[in-house]
Amino acid sequence: MELLVASSVGVLTAGGVYLILRLRAFAVILGLALLSYAVNVFLFSTGRLMVNAPPILQKYGDASYTDPLPQALVLTAIVISFGMTAVLVMIALGAFLEADHDRIDMDDDTATGPAGEEPGA
Amino acid sequence: MTNGGGLLPIIALLPFLGALIPGIMIRAGRNASAAFTAVPTIIALAMLGVLAPQVMAGEVLTAQIAWLPQLGLSASFFLDGLGLLFAVMILGVGLLITLYARFYLSGDDPMGQFYTYLLLFQGAMLGIVISDNILLLLIFWELTSLSSFLLIGYWKHLPEGRQGARMALAVTGSGGLAMIAGMLILGNIAGSYNLTDILQQGEAIRASDWYLPALILILLGAFTKSAQFPFHFWLPHAMAAPTPVSAYLHSATMVKAGVFLMARMWPVLAGTDAWFYIVSITGLVTMVLGALIALFKDDLKALLAFSTVSHLGLLTMLLGFGTQAAAVAAVFHIINHLTFKAALFMTAGIVDHETHTRDIRRLGGLAKFMPITALIGTVAALSMAGIPFFNGFLSKEMMLEEASHTLWFRNDWIVPVLATLGALLSVAYSLRFIFHVFAGPARDDYPAKPHDPPFGMYAAPAFLCVLVLAIGIFPALAEPVVTMAASAVTGAELHPHLKLWHGVTPALFMSIIAVAGGAILLGLHRPLDRAWQAAPRPEAKAIFDATMAGAVAASRALTEGLHNGAISRYLAIFVAATVALTWIAFSGGTLSPPTRPLLPVAPVVMVGWVLLVAAAALVVFNHRNRFRALVLIGIIGLMISGGFVYLSAPDLALTQISVETVTIMLLLLALHFLPKTTPVESSAGLRLRDGAIAIAAGVGVAALTMAFLMRDFDSISDYHLANSYEGGGGTNVVNVILVDFRGYDTFGEIIVLGIAGLTIFALMEALLSGPAARRLRNTDYSQDRSRDRHPLMMVVATRAMLPIATMVGVYIFLRGHNQPGGGFVAGLVISIALLMQYMASGFGWTQTRQRVEYHSMIGWGVLVAGLTGAAAWLGGAPFLTSIYGYIKLPWIEKFGLGSAFLFDLGVFLTVLGAVMLMLYSLSRIARYAGETVNIEPMDYDPSLKSELKKPGEE
Repeated sequence: MELLVASSVGVLTAGGVYLILRLRAFAVILGLALLSYAVNVFLFSTGRLMVNAPPILQKYGDASYTDPLPQALVLTAIVISFGMTAVLVMIALGAFLEADHDRIDMDDDTATGPAGEEPGA
Repeated sequence: MTNGGGLLPIIALLPFLGALIPGIMIRAGRNASAAFTAVPTIIALAMLGVLAPQVMAGEVLTAQIAWLPQLGLSASFFLDGLGLLFAVMILGVGLLITLYARFYLSGDDPMGQFYTYLLLFQGAMLGIVISDNILLLLIFWELTSLSSFLLIGYWKHLPEGRQGARMALAVTGSGGLAMIAGMLILGNIAGSYNLTDILQQGEAIRASDWYLPALILILLGAFTKSAQFPFHFWLPHAMAAPTPVSAYLHSATMVKAGVFLMARMWPVLAGTDAWFYIVSITGLVTMVLGALIALFKDDLKALLAFSTVSHLGLLTMLLGFGTQAAAVAAVFHIINHLTFKAALFMTAGIVDHETHTRDIRRLGGLAKFMPITALIGTVAALSMAGIPFFNGFLSKEMMLEEASHTLWFRNDWIVPVLATLGALLSVAYSLRFIFHVFAGPARDDYPAKPHDPPFGMYAAPAFLCVLVLAIGIFPALAEPVVTMAASAVTGAELHPHLKLWHGVTPALFMSIIAVAGGAILLGLHRPLDRAWQAAPRPEAKAIFDATMAGAVAASRALTEGLHNGAISRYLAIFVAATVALTWIAFSGGTLSPPTRPLLPVAPVVMVGWVLLVAAAALVVFNHRNRFRALVLIGIIGLMISGGFVYLSAPDLALTQISVETVTIMLLLLALHFLPKTTPVESSAGLRLRDGAIAIAAGVGVAALTMAFLMRDFDSISDYHLANSYEGGGGTNVVNVILVDFRGYDTFGEIIVLGIAGLTIFALMEALLSGPAARRLRNTDYSQDRSRDRHPLMMVVATRAMLPIATMVGVYIFLRGHNQPGGGFVAGLVISIALLMQYMASGFGWTQTRQRVEYHSMIGWGVLVAGLTGAAAWLGGAPFLTSIYGYIKLPWIEKFGLGSAFLFDLGVFLTVLGAVMLMLYSLSRIARYAGETVNIEPMDYDPSLKSELKKPGEE
């Protein structure tokens, strides 16, 4: 199980890093989404993995519980990363509407022609 | 905490307060401005006068105001003999300069500005000499660099002024940086940043391993400030300043700050071989070199500038000798140099002012036209030359006496010979100042007709000349002051006797050789000058400019190489550097053996993992098709939610799945306006490079995750688990942590979320009022729009869903404290229910039925959460302390209700408001893009028969 979680974090990170190194805003947004997943799962797993031990206190018996603290941190992190993504999307959208392309690098010579009409998807 | 020094902070503050006034008073005229500049100076002088008797009696006055005690920084001041001497010199000469500048500056110069700068500089200097805390001293030290920059560059229209100011700032400022490091080391060794403590710990500091670095760094600061070789070159270029500035900065203040610092640190740093050789060699070299260059300068102020360099070298050398007698000589020469050099600068200024030139080759014979000026200049210059009955003679004799028995590397003649050479050159350029400017035949080709200036202008130098003569003839007059300051420098009880006649000593012969040789040299000046001008010399300014240009070019290359506007490049560098640093850190340690067994893998988990990895890989390979990438992102989110369920995190699963939904909606809305595909732009090589970086990062993170997943750890969560029910009144520990234990964090986070929502709204508003709005209006989006925009089935279904979804939201909210759920999830669930209305029935229809503004919802949310927290104050408890109790209502089971419930309500409202505001903002753009506003909920309403007949007509 641990191997699966660790490899998932690794794959998500690798994919996220590759996408944020692309040249278009939308790819970067996708990359950041993947990175957010990776970071959230990473933080969550710092509480170590346990099955069938949710941190909901039981009235009876001597139940064991997983570490609730990383969960609380990740819960807010998920919501905040949504807020961040939303701001980023808005900025990207604004940049696209103003500049007519959604390239992220500030090269003067890249400002040619509307981005949406370029071939080669 | 004061010890008779209650006035000191006021004295330190006075010039800065006073600096506010001249700039205003200039409207009342130049005399008023000058008068108001003098006021704080005079008050400060009077206060010093009150304190002087105690200091003269050997007391050390202190005053301390705690500022940042954690950093060892306090506004503490102290006044001892050395500080008093310098404070009086700074204020006294400041007063004379104020008077002189009133007459020197022309009507075109902004005089108010000048006096403001002057007072700022005076305050900074004063701060240096009375600071007890060395961190405070450093602040004043940097302030002198800054304010002298303003003064030197006062004539902004002159390129030399600007360049000179820049050079002075660069040299003294960088020296100041070195000194900060040195002082911090010193404070660390001594365990205190207070000078009074540090001065007690000389032995410990000299024995420390860090002594040499601290010494070198502090000396760098002092040498740059006091223009010691090889940093002497900035001082002559600072002569582009108005003469009052030169007279002030280069006689009594700025350049003496370095000397002051060496004197101040003398009991701590002096007495070692390192100090002796570094300081005395630097001083002697500077003295001879400065004097030599001065002899061949034709600009009056340049001559004086290099002579100042030379005399500063002399002072440095004396302090470097490290003997008490040399310290006495240094203190005495500080006073003497101040008197004659300030007078000489003012004289040069008068000559420049009246003849419109400072070029010695165009002067001569001025004694006939301006006798008073000539007298003043002659007296001061004779003192500079070291002629008996002038005060310069006395301290020069003491210097030669000290030099005559100083050995360098067991060599007993080199110091006396070089010192005599320095004195000889000094005589030569001093005599040149007299004979080539004032003496000689009168000329008829002066640029302006010379005459003596008004009394106000020569009053200040004349006063200084009186001091020159008084001390020169009756040295005993200066004895109490010298005793007081020299005792403070050395930290010992000294009783020097200043005498005119010392008997037949080696110093006398050296003096005679110097005067005679100097006179001969002046006679030979013409041929020597020709040889000097022909000889190749390194030009300091050219070297400095080349160094600066090189530094600028290197920084520019570095900056532009790294920061070229390509964010993908920064990110690549950042990720690669992070991976590399992590690898270095990791390979430097050892990994303990794993302690946790691996959990078994259930088949369904394996399926989920395969889906997640496959979806992530497909996102990467399909990211150019943006819609497809979004669908794949959704799969990843779902799998992660499933993982959370499996791994005992139901709250996270709920949050993840609802956030996933709104995120996809948001991205879909945005994608409506963005290009639908991403073109291929980066080369294969670049993609390979990025892929390599990405895989390195992924492998690193995976390894790190694996490493800690296999090892046990200590968590603080046991406390939370144990106290969640008793202390927080809830069994869902995650929720209790959010609203209770870590409520402060949550409060901050909902504020961030609210700000994000408002930011998006503001961005949208700005966007829609800019050129983007026009573009939106003119773009036709209709071809990718379904004709049935508000399908009947969806409208009906969402209508039916709304109350159910709302009920689910409320239920999730209420159970949150004890079961998975809570404000965050409930807010998201209800916003999804509302968003469905927007999607199904259209923006306009929904908007007219919206009663609450989303902005105010965010505000109320934060307010409710904040007030709930603040309510704890009423009970005398800290912010966000929760209380709870049990309530029994009829027909409903007994349930717990606590303040945490209200806090969670705030969270709920903020999340709902923020999420709705974000998506609402995006959908407003759609309205701009020509989307029609529908009043009716459905485009196609079966109850209206007329539309049934011709459905294709809308």
